[in-house]
Amino acid sequence: MTMKTSTRQVDGVTIVDCSGRITLGEGSVILRDTVRELLSKGQKKILLNLGDVSYIDSSGIGELVSAFTTVRNQGGELKLLNLTKKVHDLLQITKLYTVFDVRDDEAGAVKAFS
Amino acid sequence: MTELRVSYTLDSTLETVDSAEQTAGRIAAETGFDEDEVMQISMAVREAAVNAVLHGNAYDPDKKVKLDIERTGSDLVITIRDQGKGLDPDKIPDPLAPENLLKTSGRGIFLIRSFMDEVQIHPSQTGTEIKLVKHVHGPSADVKEASQ
Repeated sequence: MTMKTSTRQVDGVTIVDCSGRITLGEGSVILRDTVRELLSKGQKKILLNLGDVSYIDSSGIGELVSAFTTVRNQGGELKLLNLTKKVHDLLQITKLYTVFDVRDDEAGAVKAFS
Repeated sequence: MTELRVSYTLDSTLETVDSAEQTAGRIAAETGFDEDEVMQISMAVREAAVNAVLHGNAYDPDKKVKLDIERTGSDLVITIRDQGKGLDPDKIPDPLAPENLLKTSGRGIFLIRSFMDEVQIHPSQTGTEIKLVKHVHGPSADVKEASQ
């Protein structure tokens, strides 16, 4: 299953609903392009909803890190929402779980943006 | 557990990465590993295949990736060889070190080691061979261990 994204706005926050696989190749490129496009439009409060992401490989993890640092370097914030158990476990073992702001409640996540 | 040995010679493409992952996952499931273990095995194979295609053979169409999967009574053994310059495992930075946490690459070998029971990396002038072993914990392995 290829990676798909769709975006919506909630109280000034751009929620990116992701589905499929974030892996080397198309999946990582789609995520990268999506985040770059949002930043180019000045949308710097980004909530990545990973609830329908079935699989992430090390390239996908790298892409999440890249998105996080790129947004932060432009003065924005990127948070993660609705991790599946697989993705949660991956972020735990790579010690990235504490680097990202991970949320499981959309309304609460939106309010958490400064 | 039926013993099995399959061997594939694959092009240095992203399709090879997907194919290796899917093949390993299918055989792992047939071997009786649970869902989490199947995910771990298929992901480890994917990461090893990425290293072979991307870092080893550098997508060179003249270089091949060799994938061997062997199922014995007690182990699933997967070997992936490339024809690149050779990966020195001692030179891979620790991805968990604070200074490396926000790097965008360098987690593949770490994930492989996290997911498999044994990992052997053999670099050489003619390429890198990585051998991945997952122990079978089902009834067939128990019988074998009890009889030893």
